[in-house]
Amino acid sequence: MSNKQHFSLEEVVHELKHFLPSQAPLKDFIHHNTLHAFQHDKFHEGLAKANKIFGWKTYLQISEFRERFQEKQITEKALDRVLENRSKNSEQWKSILLDKKIDEHVDSKIGMLRSLWKSEFKIDLDSMIHPILFRIISSYLDQGISIWNFPIDDDGFLSTLRKLESSTKTSFFRGQLAKKLLLNETVDIPYLLKEIVGNEAFYETYLFDQQFSHPGWSGIVSFLDENPNALLDKRKIKLTELIHFELLLELDVLNYHYGKAWPTIGQKAKQENLHLFERVQSNEIMEALSIWQDAMEISYYDEVLNGIQKTQVHKQNKENSFQAIFCIDDRECSIRRYTEQLAPNSATFGTAGHFNVEFYYQPEGSDFHTKVCPAPLTPKYLIREKESNVSNKKDYHFNKHSQGLLTGWLITQFIGFWSGIQLAKSILFPSQNAASVSSFKHMHPDSSLTIEFAGEVSKDNLQVGYTVEEMANRLEGLLRTIGLIDNFAPLVYAIGHGSSSVNNTHYAGYDCGACSGRPGSANARVICHIGNHSEVRAILKSRGINIPDETQFIGALHDTSRDEIAYYDEDVLSEKNKHFHEENKNTFLQALDLNAKERSRRFVVMNSKRSATKVHDVVKLRTVSLFEPRPELNHATNTLCIVGRREITKGLFLDRRAFMHSYDYTTDPEGNYLLGIMNAVAPVCGGINLEYYFSRVDNQNLGAGTKLPHNVMGLFGVANGIDGDLRTGLPSQMIEVHDPLRLLVIVEHKPDVVLATIQKNPATYEWFANEWVNLVAFDSVNNTFFSFSDGAFNPYNLLDYPISDVDDVESVVESSHENLPVFELNT
Amino acid sequence: MENSFIHSFIAIPIIGFLLSLIVPKSNEQLLSRLAVLTVGIQFLSAITFTVFWISNGHNIINIKEFSIYSTPGYDFYLDFYFDHISLVYLFLGSILTLIITSYSRYYMHRESGYKRFFNTILFFYCGFTIIIFSGNLETLFIGWEILGVSSFLLIAFYRDRYLPVKNAVKVFSIYRIADVGIILVMWLSHHLWHENISFFKLNNAHLVNEHLEAHSWVGLAISLLIFVSAAAKSAQLPFSSWLPRAMEGPTPSSAIFYGSLSVHIGAFLLMRTSPFWEHQTSFKVFLVFAGLTTALIATLTARVQSSIKSQIAYASIGQIGLVFVEIALGLHFLALIHIAGNAFLRTYQLLVSPSVVSYKIREQFYNFIPRALTIEDSLPKRLENTLFILSLKEWNLDSFMYRFLWNPLKDLGKRLKFISYQNVILLFTSTFLVGLITLFYKENLPKTVSNALPLIYAIIGFIVVIKAFTERNSARLAFTLIMVNHFFIALAISFNNKFEINELIWYVSGIIGAWICGIYLLTKLRKQNEWISLDNFYGHAFEHPKTAIFFLICCLTLAGFPISPTFIGEDLIFSHIHYNQFGLAFFTSLSLIINGLAAIRIYSRVFLGPHLKKYHDVAKRSA
Repeated sequence: MSNKQHFSLEEVVHELKHFLPSQAPLKDFIHHNTLHAFQHDKFHEGLAKANKIFGWKTYLQISEFRERFQEKQITEKALDRVLENRSKNSEQWKSILLDKKIDEHVDSKIGMLRSLWKSEFKIDLDSMIHPILFRIISSYLDQGISIWNFPIDDDGFLSTLRKLESSTKTSFFRGQLAKKLLLNETVDIPYLLKEIVGNEAFYETYLFDQQFSHPGWSGIVSFLDENPNALLDKRKIKLTELIHFELLLELDVLNYHYGKAWPTIGQKAKQENLHLFERVQSNEIMEALSIWQDAMEISYYDEVLNGIQKTQVHKQNKENSFQAIFCIDDRECSIRRYTEQLAPNSATFGTAGHFNVEFYYQPEGSDFHTKVCPAPLTPKYLIREKESNVSNKKDYHFNKHSQGLLTGWLITQFIGFWSGIQLAKSILFPSQNAASVSSFKHMHPDSSLTIEFAGEVSKDNLQVGYTVEEMANRLEGLLRTIGLIDNFAPLVYAIGHGSSSVNNTHYAGYDCGACSGRPGSANARVICHIGNHSEVRAILKSRGINIPDETQFIGALHDTSRDEIAYYDEDVLSEKNKHFHEENKNTFLQALDLNAKERSRRFVVMNSKRSATKVHDVVKLRTVSLFEPRPELNHATNTLCIVGRREITKGLFLDRRAFMHSYDYTTDPEGNYLLGIMNAVAPVCGGINLEYYFSRVDNQNLGAGTKLPHNVMGLFGVANGIDGDLRTGLPSQMIEVHDPLRLLVIVEHKPDVVLATIQKNPATYEWFANEWVNLVAFDSVNNTFFSFSDGAFNPYNLLDYPISDVDDVESVVESSHENLPVFELNT
Repeated sequence: MENSFIHSFIAIPIIGFLLSLIVPKSNEQLLSRLAVLTVGIQFLSAITFTVFWISNGHNIINIKEFSIYSTPGYDFYLDFYFDHISLVYLFLGSILTLIITSYSRYYMHRESGYKRFFNTILFFYCGFTIIIFSGNLETLFIGWEILGVSSFLLIAFYRDRYLPVKNAVKVFSIYRIADVGIILVMWLSHHLWHENISFFKLNNAHLVNEHLEAHSWVGLAISLLIFVSAAAKSAQLPFSSWLPRAMEGPTPSSAIFYGSLSVHIGAFLLMRTSPFWEHQTSFKVFLVFAGLTTALIATLTARVQSSIKSQIAYASIGQIGLVFVEIALGLHFLALIHIAGNAFLRTYQLLVSPSVVSYKIREQFYNFIPRALTIEDSLPKRLENTLFILSLKEWNLDSFMYRFLWNPLKDLGKRLKFISYQNVILLFTSTFLVGLITLFYKENLPKTVSNALPLIYAIIGFIVVIKAFTERNSARLAFTLIMVNHFFIALAISFNNKFEINELIWYVSGIIGAWICGIYLLTKLRKQNEWISLDNFYGHAFEHPKTAIFFLICCLTLAGFPISPTFIGEDLIFSHIHYNQFGLAFFTSLSLIINGLAAIRIYSRVFLGPHLKKYHDVAKRSA
């Protein structure tokens, strides 16, 4: 950021957009690095900067680290190693880290200039402007809460306001002057800044202060400015329009307060208010915190790497009863373990849950289509749902008539008592209702999909379905990436995932991240249709992948909160496979029970010691209970991402903390398929991990705070109360059990191949080079690790850590609510 | 038999509340079970009692309890009363509270403040029960005050953020207007009936008519004051804007308080006092008009709300407006059904409000209708735009409160800037001493002077409390001034002949104790090197939660909350203000409004809001 004296609005707005939260409307909630704006700095430097400039907490508190040290979650050895690596005087720093009384209070730079209004001019601009400003933006963007809508003009926000203000007897403003300036289209932002700030040198800082006094609202406007199609009911709005209007409101208040001769803030501003982005000096507190952070991470990483090193590689059984491809998602980590445990001859795989088929999906009866692939991709394909017969249940509690006067009178008089009964019922006997979200509603199992291209191109120029060639490419890509190119079992499952919940505004964040926050059912069905396609198989055969005729693919959806699996197109199965399928279904049922039980240990109020089926019933009930803010804990505790053969982790208990992508380095010596994996792993898994990290360490500013008082604004966001800022990030209920550790990506391949691979894509490389995710290469032949730092791989200095073994996972699961250590599984 | 039932209805919530105070914070299970059990027992007794009551001919029950304080011509006694209105409210209250406590058992899990939440809900429930069983205004007022304080505590439940605290103080100030409305009703009634009249006696139409014919203006004044109290509590015009702003606590607490029970208490007051005003046609016309206006304005406002909770709040206000109309027309049965229906509907709507996103987005995804035309679109454009902007600005109701409540006080306070910490004690002590001397030699003063003195002292008391309310620096000074205000009020009233010294002791006993404790707590905090001032929110409850609770109790006592004898003292004081001393009554009641606000303000600024020390995550002011 420049400290130029000359003010360029365009540049400043560009910078503002870069730093403001970039969170999509609720329906498209997608995880991303909350501090993406600092990502071209090294992790610790970026965090120090963010702390200094914006006043955000970027690490746990010193006291929390010390507590973990006492509890041996941070080991002394790890601490020593970090100090050694940083060439620090061990004794001196240990006394700082462990005993020194450190004041972590920080006064942010942002807001300093504008706080002069209050301290010097005794005028509380924000409290006079925010309520009406938020109200107007919220009403303008509203997607369907209000009954009488904002009279929108298609030319945008300011134009709408002008039209409204020019034909009314009242006004949003207190005085005439601001109204006149609004209606005068030649008045621009620099003019208004001159009136309010005066001194051009302070313009930029002033705008930052102003917009960061309500980062949530500015964030959504900035996001919609960049992504105009993000709302179903589209709205034109630009960040500059928001700034323009806010400046007018400020001018209005000043005018009202002072009359014609109001002071400008530039008169009282000092030089120190100026440089928001000047270099941040390193300081003891931030350095101490970063040392603690590294030590905490190493303590856990070492445990995991010891586990991988010490457990023997489990040879994959050649006699496969079935193969199941799950999503990379950390929530699938344990269901895979149970499946393998119950069916020792089966094999499971992990891959990004869109199964390498990227498209827009359009359900039957809808005019809209929704993206079902990782957010950075822009598909050229559309797949429609046909012949479905869904009908949406109605609920009069959401009906606008209950808010009317006479209709409301009738409803309250006569149906109000029905609400009382509903209310009692929903608490005594929670059940699925119109208010709940179910992943199984995403696509109807009896519908058909337009998977094959038949010459149709949609209105917005999307190709409807894939050609045979395109299908073959996608299937080949998938199979080669996960290393499933021979030994096909009779049945290959592709199991997407989604989640069910009720009273959950963040429902989109519960579904599959690789499907842009949608359930992965359509993708699973599409890839299986492709897999069963004879022409596709012929092409694949010519490319060296021979799928036997008896092998059939079958799509399914795993609901991660209910722990249920639905299967699609079961009728295409041969008689023999149908028989196998029934057996496998049984296996999955048992695995789901055990999985539910393992998850339940984190829900403190539940008794996890009962039998798996009983626990599973309670777990299911949670997903339809209005009063349950935690139907599942999503990605909480995620810390690892393992890219390699299942064999290297099969004997390990990783406590649902790992994203797992299958990858067989022996079939990809050049790392060609690895690139695709790493391109997805960094932004998707890294994004999830860092969003959890930052929401955890500063839940008030980088997270959404507790969700219990949240109020839905215009269907696109949540705020506390009725006149608060929009809350971005994750609510406390999602992150409270999360340990803020950076993601450790472990890739099973030679270090030089890994290095060459990640360097191919600068965007991906930045994540690793700047250490926002940690990277280790695992040479499984020599059983050694290499850690990546400063652009190179070096042998990992692994400290010895004892790994105990367990016979019975169930008893381990019952033993604690807290994080469990890495165990070796005796099978 | 009936009596013991009624007694147990009052006792059960109080016992439950007191027990909940001693349950350790960490024991979530026990806390929530206790709450559910308390309300559950209440509900079961209600069913049993109803069967019993109806089979015994469902007669009105009136129980005169013991007198707390009595002198010739004044009797502060507790009185309980039961009829069909109490019955409906009893069921509504116990069913909804039972549902909400069960709901919150899981919902509030792991929330810091789990205990505080259940304590406050039970405290609220105590207040609610006392109100619906009250047999006279004095008893009702006890419950009324409890409701006010528990509302404040629940709105400010997230006390570490700015907006909940700000809005809690705002709502408290409106409630304070309702409180003083009741105090003035008690004052005027006392003079009208020459006794503390019970609701039971009001049923005697002959008696009522007889008194009203002689004092029709007093009758109208009482009715209007009842309306003010009811309107403030039920968020009717011009007070409506507090209701949506009260939605700051956890959703179930908003649902039970502001969706259902608390907000219908104003309607209860109207029905309970209807034997008094139902023969005053002019008042009834006014009530119908007020109800309809609220219904119309609130409905328009609800229609433009883009946040789900404020929409439900305004829709509910609109329905309560209609309830007021029904009550005015004497349609109590209809009104009771309407109240119950509205309470159930809004509670449920608020509880499922987070689901609105997935429900409506899904609905739109399948049946998208872009911006449907509404009835307002048929209006002339200019009118439509005007109505739209007005509705979006909530008809300026919130700024109205600022303009007529806060800003005049602030302006007055600015003029009192010259009173500094150094000279304030000297100034007021000397004035007070002069006052005492004049009191002592009252007989020797010219009649005109001694007649004017009470008013003068009341005005000085008023100035003192304004200073306390607008003080920006010293918390201890402001706190002391609240006490000084009480002394001046006592002085002013002492000029009235009948006032006796032991009544004075009743009045100041609580105040002095509260003052000593409060000053001790603030001084202790200061000694621990904590910065305290009133120019900002300091959030010391984060590090000193215990001190915060004790200080809150001191503030409430100082403000005449029913904990100490001062509470009765306040009522006593008013009984000594003569009919014709409107000025005195005006300034005394204004003083009482403001000293309550000043006390809560000190508590809020010192202990609530974003914590001063940002070594942990502290929310932004706008969050």
